[in-house]
Amino acid sequence: MLGLKFSDFALFMLVVLCVALAPILLNPFPASSELAQFNAGYPDLLQRFVIFGVFAVGFNILFGLTGYLSFGHAAFLGIGSYAAIWMMKLLTMNVIPAIILSVIVAGVFSLLVGYISLRRSGIYFSILTLAFAEMSYALAYSVLTPITGGETGLQPKLSDPRILDAELSAGESPAANLFGIGMRDSYIVNFGDWVFTFNAGYYIAGLFLLVAFYLSIRIFRSPFGTMLRAVKSNQNRMSYTGLNTKPYTLAAFVISGMYAGLAGGLLVAMDSQVGPERMFWTASGEVVLMTILGGAGTLIGPVLGAGAIKYMENILSKINETVLKGWFEFLPDAASEWVVLFLNMFTGKSWHLTLGLIFMLVVIFLPGGLVEGGQRIARLFGIGKKRNQTVESDSAASK
Amino acid sequence: MTKKTPELNRRGFIKATAAGALVTGAPTIFTSKAYGYANDPGSASSVTLGFNVPQSGPYADEGADELRAYELAVEHLNGGGDGGMLNTFSSKALSGAGILGKEVKYVTGDTQTKSDAARASARSMIEKDGAVMITGGSSSGVAVAVQALCQEVGIIFMAGLTHSNDTTGKDRKANGFRHFFNSYMSGAALAPVLGNAYGKDRKAYHLTADYNWGYTTEEAVTQATEAMGWETVNTVKTPLKETDFSSYIAPVLQSDADVLVLNHYGGNMVNSLTNAVQFGLRDKMVNGKQFEIVVPLYSRLMAKGAGANVKGIYGSTNWHWSLTDEGSKAFVKSFGEKYGFPPSQAAHTCYVQTLLYADACERAGSFDPCAVVEALEGFEFDGMGNGKTLYRAEDHQCFKDVLVVKGKENPDNEFDLLEVVEVTPVDQVMYEPNHPQMGGAEATLGSCNAG
Amino acid sequence: MEAIILQILDGLNKGSAYALIALGLTLIFGTLGVVNFAHGALFMIGAFCAVTISRVLSISQIVLDETRTDFLGKPLQVKVPYVDQWFGPEMGQLIVDWSVPISLLVTIPIMIIIGITMERGLIKHFYKRPHADQILVTFGLAIVLGEVIKYFYGANPVPTPAPSAFVGSLDVGVLIGLDPFTVVYPYWRLIYFGFAAIIITAVFAFLQFTTFGMVVRAGMQDRETVGLLGINIDRKFTIMFAIAACVAGVAGAMYAPINAPNYNMGMDFLVLSFVVVVVGGMGSLGGAVLSGFLLGILQSLASMTEVIDIAPGINQVIIYLVAIIVLLTRPRGLMGRRGVMED
Repeated sequence: MLGLKFSDFALFMLVVLCVALAPILLNPFPASSELAQFNAGYPDLLQRFVIFGVFAVGFNILFGLTGYLSFGHAAFLGIGSYAAIWMMKLLTMNVIPAIILSVIVAGVFSLLVGYISLRRSGIYFSILTLAFAEMSYALAYSVLTPITGGETGLQPKLSDPRILDAELSAGESPAANLFGIGMRDSYIVNFGDWVFTFNAGYYIAGLFLLVAFYLSIRIFRSPFGTMLRAVKSNQNRMSYTGLNTKPYTLAAFVISGMYAGLAGGLLVAMDSQVGPERMFWTASGEVVLMTILGGAGTLIGPVLGAGAIKYMENILSKINETVLKGWFEFLPDAASEWVVLFLNMFTGKSWHLTLGLIFMLVVIFLPGGLVEGGQRIARLFGIGKKRNQTVESDSAASK
Repeated sequence: MTKKTPELNRRGFIKATAAGALVTGAPTIFTSKAYGYANDPGSASSVTLGFNVPQSGPYADEGADELRAYELAVEHLNGGGDGGMLNTFSSKALSGAGILGKEVKYVTGDTQTKSDAARASARSMIEKDGAVMITGGSSSGVAVAVQALCQEVGIIFMAGLTHSNDTTGKDRKANGFRHFFNSYMSGAALAPVLGNAYGKDRKAYHLTADYNWGYTTEEAVTQATEAMGWETVNTVKTPLKETDFSSYIAPVLQSDADVLVLNHYGGNMVNSLTNAVQFGLRDKMVNGKQFEIVVPLYSRLMAKGAGANVKGIYGSTNWHWSLTDEGSKAFVKSFGEKYGFPPSQAAHTCYVQTLLYADACERAGSFDPCAVVEALEGFEFDGMGNGKTLYRAEDHQCFKDVLVVKGKENPDNEFDLLEVVEVTPVDQVMYEPNHPQMGGAEATLGSCNAG
Repeated sequence: MEAIILQILDGLNKGSAYALIALGLTLIFGTLGVVNFAHGALFMIGAFCAVTISRVLSISQIVLDETRTDFLGKPLQVKVPYVDQWFGPEMGQLIVDWSVPISLLVTIPIMIIIGITMERGLIKHFYKRPHADQILVTFGLAIVLGEVIKYFYGANPVPTPAPSAFVGSLDVGVLIGLDPFTVVYPYWRLIYFGFAAIIITAVFAFLQFTTFGMVVRAGMQDRETVGLLGINIDRKFTIMFAIAACVAGVAGAMYAPINAPNYNMGMDFLVLSFVVVVVGGMGSLGGAVLSGFLLGILQSLASMTEVIDIAPGINQVIIYLVAIIVLLTRPRGLMGRRGVMED
């Protein structure tokens, strides 16, 4: 089906289902309940889930298959974003040209960076990619301010030319759209006490994730993917057979760079603004962490990792002291004070602490990332054996 | 913020208006443009404000102080505490019964001092919690990014600490308002004081943080000091992420400059000032004159990090807790009694912005962003710590007296770092809305967006 | 000319910090084969040891002074440090003044304990794991350590002055026969450079001239063979980790007066120190030190106005530009060994 074997097709269908139903699945708590704090089914976060999913899936094609650890992928995301916003400023607020250009520009840039960086391997390669990304960041922040907007970044303005778009009527501001469907347009459905928001932008981004995910499965299962895995297991042996591995690794690098560019373009399409810190090394590090946290070399892992990190960043950081106090009102005063004081060390302004602890716990107890966690749970209940094996063979092959 | 009251957000409103559909269980369909304005609290008993401040990263302490001020403001708006500046504010529309009779609630988020994170957190407050207004921030990059977002979705943005000219200059927006002063005002206020203190024939060497705020501050200070007769010997850009400024300070020794201007803020300022003092610049005599250092924008919280190095160094600030007008006294009292230390200028501007927003809603009789914009434009008020103040209609910038301060030689306590040297009257820092430093003729507010 | 001498001097100072951090990182890489992303955090903890000691030394008794008032109009609280009471005001002042050098006495044992705990409790379980896992776990640890420091000390920098005897600067120019006031450099930074030179020499001497060092060097070359010889290499590696942590810690403590420490300073140094190590060449201690000083000097020279005028923005990217050029012309950095972390 779709050129996939059954287990992959089942996995893909599961992802399709998850993407389609995410606005419902991620809003499990009624809007009026205390637990609504944990709902993640609002457009902005849903969009970020799928966009960073695309980013991580692309990164995994390089890292998961070839073992080349790039520490500069955020540069491609950033450059894709700048390309997209310039399209929106000059041509049209329609997202299609913006996204196409972002993929192309990121592809060209990653070809350049990859061609140079892939002359080295191991940590030398990592540092080369890091160097390119940090240079892009530093220059975008300072000397390139006329093109990048510097610290304040770029947003569409009323005064931009936008040659393809009709003149805006008075009081209207430029809004990203797909042939008239606004990225911010939503259908809100009330069902009892539950509120579900179905956002146009999210579903468009979700579609891109599905395409990206499908392509990634095809790449994993193709002879090309096998070749990349062979590079990972022993590059020397490959060279001895007289095979030049560089075209393969370079292709993988450019593909993952284009995924990053696509993610950057989508970020702009959903929320039309760019800032240079998108290219800072911490952003590059984030996608590495997403991939490892979810499970490098597995198909679904990077998407899970991206979701987990974005969830913590957006949900945990909003739980402040007042919220905690509200939750534990039922406890006696002294007890509630202590509980709040304790939990407040992990939420709100201290959410980074929880992030760090989770990184450590996952990597200590679940060496295969969240995917392994899922497998263990599945094994516990004795289900999903079939899918299990395929995922495991993924990670086995990638070791 | 928990959602004890489902009616407090946009969805609550939809729920209320679509009660019929609810009964039958049929889905209600809603697009963002279907109703009057974004996040209308409707008949709900409370209204939600979004406080978006840096809680992690280098400005976390400043963010924490902003949050304290917001909590205090909410308390006062809801009639708690001693009322703070509500008692001294010239407009008497607010009565301590919330805003338009609705109880004020709030949600908080972490900007991380990154524009992406700040927008994500603002969008979550708007989309998930139904906030009618977003406020806060501690850098101009974040302020410009969030202001643009608020313009797009039709929410009011009340800027926190942002000093770059751009926020109400080339990047001004109809839905955005700034109470804090800006680079131009710093330059205009500082120049005469510096002229009096150091003479009119000085040679200045500028070290400038290499990003937008640095550029606008450098431009403002060089123009103002050159107009007075100073010469600008050199301007050098320093990388934002630089932590050791020694290699930029060293050449100053070899130039014939006799004043060093540090266009740095926050951690940059602490380090560059510390480094400059380490190199013995302040003990140096050049051209027969004592070498001097100037820091155009002071932050007391950050100045603390530079320790004794700030003594005797001139700079400007938006507000300082040692002011003795009624408004400042009332605010310092309620803040100090609640938290045990005096508020920072960031806390002050955030507190005032919240009150100003609430007052505008009250006077407009609505939360409709366009009505609020109308109520704030050209609004004149007093009793908020800076004397008579005008919210100018053309660029949504507050015009008020600017404080020129100096690092105190013999501080009484750990908060007593700065002393006010001069209160520069507002006329002296006034400029045309289309001033070249403010984006020139091209800069436009656009029109208000109600979502 | 004077300008260049001054920048080279400054580069040596900058390079001292880079070299010390890179040295520790390379010890860990080279001996244990572990990518330690928490190394910057160890530097930061060292700096906060200095902060803590200076706070402990100035723990004060609070006396109410009725004649003066604080900002709320209440009687002012005057703080009198206990050391003043115990040793007399003069001696007390001196102790508080010298808190940074004194803190070294405490920093060393603390860092050794932290080093041993880290290695035994966490790192040792990651010897056989892929580098990616090591990165994730040590990065997580770095975040946790940073957040813990932030919880106690806040996010703002904490001023930690050097002893007042070392405030001010030395006219280096006069010493080498130039005009007065042309090449002036702060005392404490010169001390830092001297301190770094001593530490680096000590580490090299330790590895070169002791039996322990010999075994460790052998272990760096070929861990398995040394293990087969019946030598308990694990114990030795624990000690090496403690030494590396200690080097980072004292480097941080002495750095505190140069720039007021904040909880994020470890992250600021992290990426830079990795670049330094890689440019020097993986597994080469000499390379790490050499490239630390080299990059420090180049960074200083690139920040000269004359250079920036020719190539705008060069000061922003010089380190990375040099890294790219070095890695492209010398595949394993300046002095790297074949096969170390190349896969």
